[in-house]
Formats: sequence, structure tokens, C-alpha cells
Amino acid sequence: MGQKIDPELWSDDAQPHLMGGKLPSGEIIFPMPQGDAAKDVEPHKLSRTGRLWSWTTQGFLPKEPYEGPGSGPNEGPPDFVPFLLGYIELPGEVIVESRIVDANLEDLSLNMPMEFCLVPFNASHDTFAYRPSKEHTA
Amino acid sequence: MSENVYIVGAGIHPFGRTEERSGREQGVFAVRQALADAGLEWTDMECAYGGSAAAGNADIMVNELGLTSLPFTNVANGCATGGSALVAAQQAIASGMYDLALAVGFDKHPRGAFNAKPSDYGLPDWYGQTGMMLTTQFFALKIQRYMQLHGISRETLGRVAQKAFQNGALTPHAWRRSEIDLETIMNAPMINDPLTKFMFCAPAEGGVALILASEKKARELGALNNNGAAKIAHIAVRTRPPDSFEVFQPGVSVKEGGKPTVLASKAAFEGAGIGPDDIDVAQLQDTESGAEIMHMAENGFCKDGEQEEWLANGWSQRNGKLPINTDGGCLACGEPVGASGLRQVYENVEQLRGRAGERQVAGADGSRPKTGYSHVYGAPGLSAVAILER
Repeated sequence: MGQKIDPELWSDDAQPHLMGGKLPSGEIIFPMPQGDAAKDVEPHKLSRTGRLWSWTTQGFLPKEPYEGPGSGPNEGPPDFVPFLLGYIELPGEVIVESRIVDANLEDLSLNMPMEFCLVPFNASHDTFAYRPSKEHTA
Repeated sequence: MSENVYIVGAGIHPFGRTEERSGREQGVFAVRQALADAGLEWTDMECAYGGSAAAGNADIMVNELGLTSLPFTNVANGCATGGSALVAAQQAIASGMYDLALAVGFDKHPRGAFNAKPSDYGLPDWYGQTGMMLTTQFFALKIQRYMQLHGISRETLGRVAQKAFQNGALTPHAWRRSEIDLETIMNAPMINDPLTKFMFCAPAEGGVALILASEKKARELGALNNNGAAKIAHIAVRTRPPDSFEVFQPGVSVKEGGKPTVLASKAAFEGAGIGPDDIDVAQLQDTESGAEIMHMAENGFCKDGEQEEWLANGWSQRNGKLPINTDGGCLACGEPVGASGLRQVYENVEQLRGRAGERQVAGADGSRPKTGYSHVYGAPGLSAVAILER
């Protein structure tokens, strides 16, 4: 495993959770705010499962500050690896934007069950993702 | 606000790419054209409001236009820069303080999609580093869900772009001036599914200037009785309400919130004392094909899902029941951020005055539209709606 793309982004449990925040009102937000904005916000472990709310493809190399494949000093568009991303609704909590892995575009459908996972992002770092739930695809 | 406010002069520098002119020079070009259109000199102008997102301050324009000592306020309000300049100019006159005011917007962006810095939007670095902070993704994600919920087909997305290029082909100030057939649009490279290359607008260059006058001044200029003026019925600007879904949001509320466009639209219709059925021509924010579709419903012109029927039947074409984006919109004109919202108002002014040439629409009475509606939407979730009438 590489380093975390952000040390606070998910918990270090054996079964890691994406970290959100709980406002005094009870509302759950993502991501957990930093600095002064974090005052009165309690860190909250988000659900590892949810449902697909929307999705799209990323087929071209994003500009800076993207740091994935293709963005390095001797790299370019041919080194880029297209990916899927979308929003996952974590019931009763919040809808989070996430990379989607272990799926093809044509596999995706509204409200399909999704589960949290960690994936390598580039040579040095990991990031989080959601993938279709194993029970669902089986 | 007590005084009626009229737009008595309109000028535009063609949108697209103009290597030999800076963004501000394109703004100056537009101001000179608007002055000539109104039959005024720069020395007549009493106050000015303007700006750009990426091409510098507007008040420096006085170096070229003339050092008349007028108060010139720079506006820097992102995608609402043009709309905010228009509101400020309108208020200057409505307050009774001035009789003539200028609103100007211009821009010049580098090629390719806008790239944003997470910290500028109060977001963590990982959001940009992992490739999720792209405006194009937001638009794709919003329309993808909308299509699933409301039965909008990919072909309907294509038809919006096809219409834009049909209108752009007839519009001297448009950037893309040739028609593109539906098949080419549908089979073009995918940017973010379901949106292909021809369904997205591109950052561009251009400038727009509008001259606003009090009723007294408009009458003096003879603009009220020779199709020279369009009256501002109402303008409303709204930022996002709680729980809305906007560009650059790593997390979205599970509660379905309001939409800035719906709020701005309702306020503008209430202020103008008319409803969607009374509008003869509309310019709606079409950053991409899906935006035009969703904005048709958010602005009250149809119900969610009815766009499928609208586009199949050509109801938003120039000869349809509500012509939308008659100059090709952002899809055919490109999007110079500071000028884009004013371009929409410019187009409505030309349509209402019957000066839109080959792209002129007939309106309910068969001659020219009586009412024009314009709507701009941008980051980080704001909308401006202007209703004009004659």
C-alpha cells in the first residue's frame, strides 16, 4: 500500500471508513472540514455501503492539480488511465463524490449497491473509491 | 426602485478567437459600437460598471475611451460578472441618480477546459489531485442523473447542440458558424459520458456593452418610438440555497435542496408581473447540452421530462413556440465568462428591436418578440435572470 493521498481522508481501521463530519444540527457532511471550519464538527465515520446516485467517465488527462498517471514530468496523455467517477448516496448521511472501480460504464445503473474500497492512485499514493457491491455482481 | 430603465444601445465584439486584440480591447470595441448604436458619445456617459474574469480590470478602458472622470466601478463576480455589472447599472438609473450608465463585460481565456485550484474554493487538495475537480464532470453527473430520472435520451442532448450550430451559422457574432449534423455530434469524442465534444461549449473571447438610460433620457434620444429601446422589466440574481447540488461539491446533502436558477427565475417573473407563457424568446445558460435541457425546466418553461418532446418537435427552434438560444448560445459562441451573460441580454435586445437579421424570430404577433428572457448560471452556484420587454 502507498501513502494516503490525505492522512485524514479515511480511518485507519482494518475496515477503513471515509471520514465525514457531524454538525451540531446532526447533519452529516463530507469532507470533514479543516481549520476554523472544523470547530464544533465531530469527525464521523461514513457508511462503507451506499447506492449509485450518478456517474460519468473521465477519458482525458485532467490539467493541474491532477497528480495521477500522465501528470508526471516525463508523462503525457498516452500515460493517462481513463477512470469512472460518480456520486454515492450513503443512506441517511451524505452523497459523496468518488472514483468508481471494478466496473465498466455499461455496468452502472441508478441506485445500484456500492461498497467502499481503497485503490492505488499513483506510484506513491492510494486513494478511496467505491465499487459495485460483491453480493450485487455475484 | 422607481424609475423605468431602458437599454438604448447594444454593442458586441464577435466571440471566438481574436489573436490581435486583448480582452479589454474587445470590450472597448463593444463600447464604441454600443455608443454608435445609441447615438451617443463617450463624453455623455455618466457612470460605468464592468469586468472580466481573466482579462484584467475594466476601468482601464478610459485610457482608450477618454478620460472623462466618470465613476467606473470594476466588477469581479465570477460567472455573474456581466450580470452584476448590468444590475449595478440598472440600479444607478432606477435610483434616479443617473440618466445614462454603461454595463460592459469582456474576456479572453486560454484554450481548453477551465482548471481550478481547490484552495480558491475552500476545498482540500486531494479533490484536485485525484482528478475530480473538473467542471465538465459536474455537468455530466448532473445530466446523467436527470436523464435517468426523467427519461431524457442521448439523442435529445444531440439535438440541443444541432440547434445551437444551426443558429450560430446565422449569427455574425457567433464563433462556430457552420452547422453540424446530429450523427457527427453523437459520434464525436466523449468528454464526460454522456456529453460529447460538440455538446460542450469552450472557453473563448469576446466583449459586450449595453447602454442603459432613464425613461426621460430614452425619450430624449427618440429611442422609445423607433424600436430603439428595450425596457428592463426585472432582473434577479440569486446565490445557492441550502442543500443544493452545484459545481465542485465533494459532498452533496441527502436532502433535496433548492436551486439558484429556480429562485432567480421566480423572483424575475414576480418582479416583471408575467409568467413563462408570456415569454417570446429565451436565452438559457447552455454550458453544455444538458444544461439547456435542465434549465428549460428550472426556469419554468416546461416540466421535467417534457424536453424530450420539445426537442423532437423543434419547439425551441427559431420558428418554434419558444425559440431558445437564438444566437447559438454558449455552444456556438463559446464562453468568455465576463461577457457571456451580457451576450444573452444583447441577443434579446436585438430580437426585441427586430434587428437580429437572418436569425430574427417572429414573436407572438408575427413581427418581433415582445418579451425576452435571459438566464446565466455559474460557479459556485449562482444565477441571474433578466426579463426585457418592449
